[in-house]
Amino acid sequence: MGLALVLALIVAPEDADQGISQRIFYIHVPIALTAYFCFGLGAIKALLLLWRGEERYDLESYVAIHQGTIFGALTLITGSIWARASWGIWWTWSSNQLVLFLVLFLFYCAYFMLRFSLEDGPRRARSSAVYALFGVALIPVSFLAIRLASDFIHPTVFTRDGPQMSAMMFTAFVVSWVAVTLLAYVLYRVELAGKRLDADLRELREALQ
Amino acid sequence: MTYLADVVALTRKDLRVELRGRDTLPAMLLFVLATLVVFHFALPVGSGDDAAYGLLWVAIVFTALLGLARAWVPEQEHGVLDGLVLAPCDRSAIWLGKTIATLTFLLAAQAVALPAFVLFFQPLSAAALAGVLLADVGICTVGSLMSAMAVAGRSREVLLPLLVLPLAIPLVVGGVGAAISDEAGRFLLFLLLYDGVFAVLSWASFEYVVTE
Repeated sequence: MGLALVLALIVAPEDADQGISQRIFYIHVPIALTAYFCFGLGAIKALLLLWRGEERYDLESYVAIHQGTIFGALTLITGSIWARASWGIWWTWSSNQLVLFLVLFLFYCAYFMLRFSLEDGPRRARSSAVYALFGVALIPVSFLAIRLASDFIHPTVFTRDGPQMSAMMFTAFVVSWVAVTLLAYVLYRVELAGKRLDADLRELREALQ
Repeated sequence: MTYLADVVALTRKDLRVELRGRDTLPAMLLFVLATLVVFHFALPVGSGDDAAYGLLWVAIVFTALLGLARAWVPEQEHGVLDGLVLAPCDRSAIWLGKTIATLTFLLAAQAVALPAFVLFFQPLSAAALAGVLLADVGICTVGSLMSAMAVAGRSREVLLPLLVLPLAIPLVVGGVGAAISDEAGRFLLFLLLYDGVFAVLSWASFEYVVTE
């Protein structure tokens, strides 16, 4: 993570068009990709829960989506800062990725509302899992919808010809990506361990009473 | 064939309950008309024709939510859902029956609302009508599943709009696009895609939502 910061802030050459503000790219894009990854992971765990019916997948799916939502909120914040720096506005409806993240953010916040509203048990686990699966179906569908709905001014860095960056910038980007993914993974394990400990503790307490 | 017969029987049950109780449809009708009148006063004079189409979609989505919020309430109150789940039929037939019943209510409400919209605001093209129809199918497919989830929760009235609105955003995009765009075909195709994807997903996952 430290190496990534050094690379992103000092070593990578500045973008000719965008100058210093372009450096947020090394944080913003990895965070966004990690958020997608977490949502995907949550959906895979949800599918496993429905398929195999093992209880532990419920907690894993929940924690993955929790991480995804946190990273999604960070994406919205960093994206907004970037928009302020390069376009002079905090928010623009014509930036497809930002709007998509807003829709996803709303969707996954509703996921938590659903979870907290239902009684603890297998039915809650399965309802949440079904909702998480709807989420991954919503990502491409919303993306298509937003693309249909708006003009396109978001800078496209990855095109069909490969990444449009110099080698140094690309290295910095990849290192940042790995760093953010690792961070997400560590957070995922920590939260999972905490939640499991919590559940164990509750069981023990009930056993003692 | 028994699957189809089950679906028909379940749909007829819902329609009959509605005919006897009249809990949902009059509320939807009044709501959508009142909303259109509110919109007339909410739109500043000279705010353009396209704005009215956008507001029509707000009215449609919220009317659908009103109907969906009531969709599983009779089942929940009288414990019918447990009986239906135990009945020897495919569980997805329960979802399909409810979806068709809700869609019928929504279409009936729109049979009044759309002429009223034309009368108050703008004429509707054939593409716009097709968009309304396809979006109705989409919102009822997704909504009847979400409603079945929400009805088991503590705060079901609040929960349902939160669950459905993010999922309805693509439908609004498609519907408004079909009404105002020159290339309406693309938007209709998109709505068709949405309906297909989410119908299959809801059909396959309904069983997990209602079983204990």
